Amino acid sequence: MSDGASTKHLDSLWFQGVSLGAVALVATTALAFAYRTAGPAIALAEARDVAASLAQVLPENFHDNDLLADTTRVDGVDGRPLTVHRARRQGEVKAVIFQMVGKGYAGPIRLVMGVDLEGRLTGVRITGHTETPGLGDKIEVARHPWVHSFAGKSLEDPVPARWAVKKDGGEFDQFAGATITPRAVVQAVKAGLDVYAAQRAAMLADAPAANGSPSE
Amino acid sequence: MSTATAEPQAAAGVPQAPRPAFDYRRIVANGLWTENMVFTQMLALCPLLAVTSSATNGLGMGIATTLVLVMSNIVVALLRNWISPSVRIPVFVVILAGLVTLLDMSLNAWLHDLYKVLGLFIALIAVNCGVYGRAEAFASKHPLLPSIVDGIAVGLGFTLALVVLGTVREILGTGTLFSGASMLLGEPFRFMEMTLFDDYQGFLLMILPPGGFLALGFLIAAKRVWETRRGQRRTAALPDGAGA
Repeated sequence: MSDGASTKHLDSLWFQGVSLGAVALVATTALAFAYRTAGPAIALAEARDVAASLAQVLPENFHDNDLLADTTRVDGVDGRPLTVHRARRQGEVKAVIFQMVGKGYAGPIRLVMGVDLEGRLTGVRITGHTETPGLGDKIEVARHPWVHSFAGKSLEDPVPARWAVKKDGGEFDQFAGATITPRAVVQAVKAGLDVYAAQRAAMLADAPAANGSPSE
Repeated sequence: MSTATAEPQAAAGVPQAPRPAFDYRRIVANGLWTENMVFTQMLALCPLLAVTSSATNGLGMGIATTLVLVMSNIVVALLRNWISPSVRIPVFVVILAGLVTLLDMSLNAWLHDLYKVLGLFIALIAVNCGVYGRAEAFASKHPLLPSIVDGIAVGLGFTLALVVLGTVREILGTGTLFSGASMLLGEPFRFMEMTLFDDYQGFLLMILPPGGFLALGFLIAAKRVWETRRGQRRTAALPDGAGA
């Protein structure tokens, strides 16, 4: 803008419109190109994330199948469809894994939980939340071992009335300064176990096998 | 190289700028301290207060912002003679939003582990008025090289502010320092994670946004006092002294 003579065109309405359009066009093209290039890699990375978070709720060497491929759908909470992944070892279903969503202090808390054939939890992991940093985020396994307290629990141990944080007369610890977050997680896990109890047969039903199509 | 095209009078072959030499020292000092994006200009407070609940988060946001700021300064400096003043704001918005989205997608695709930590911050940069401020006040009026230097200096100044504020809030709020640094920087940096007070009960206010305002206010006041004591009253800017 300092070079006096050559800047007259900048004042023309025509130039302004075209230059703005050109910038937008270049930006859009670059984004479209980048999306085509990066899209598959993003999808792959996210699928790997899901698979890793699913495998986290199982003990090591527990399954030998592709958890992402072996799924079925059942009626979840309030009849909403719930995708269930089956963990198999040598073709036999050993556990089911599914996602639940709890109502946290600051928004939904997403978690995955694994349940074995006896109805015991193989593990619980939090996959997404917006809880208060430093307080509610202790539900993340990277920050606090709290979620490990679910492993091995079932609707018989503890009894349903004790499926609550200690402050509410239950079995599970809360955090100093954060009760709503762990309470939400405990309730969501309990709800997941209820779904399992109600839908066990459908979850385990060995309908279309992992790789075969229904017609075979 | 491309600076030559932007300045018709400049002889193309000479690499050293034949134009008035830029005072790079001053650019760096302004960016880091004298005109610090946060402590002096009080820009970009929204992302600042949102992420500085810990020093590590501040560092992550600072690195990401510096990267975007340098890229945006480069693009704006290269285009500066073709951007009409009347449409400069929408042009800057398109450039910055495009760059942020590109960075967001690239990190997500190829540095996915880093993205899981930084991802939250990347999108916030698109609404960082400090970055627009540099495009408007500096890059649109200066050639490529000074704009790059300015982007780095201002970005590092912003990073400094984020880390200092994050440090204060984290120490007071949770009694730790750089917690989660190994998640951001990798396992070798685990030594940075410190617990300063064992058995600290925590001070929730400092973690929440109001604590950010409080800490920022005291930090700005401290900077003012320090500068006054040193007799450095050269920054006569900010007549209304907002917020301090």
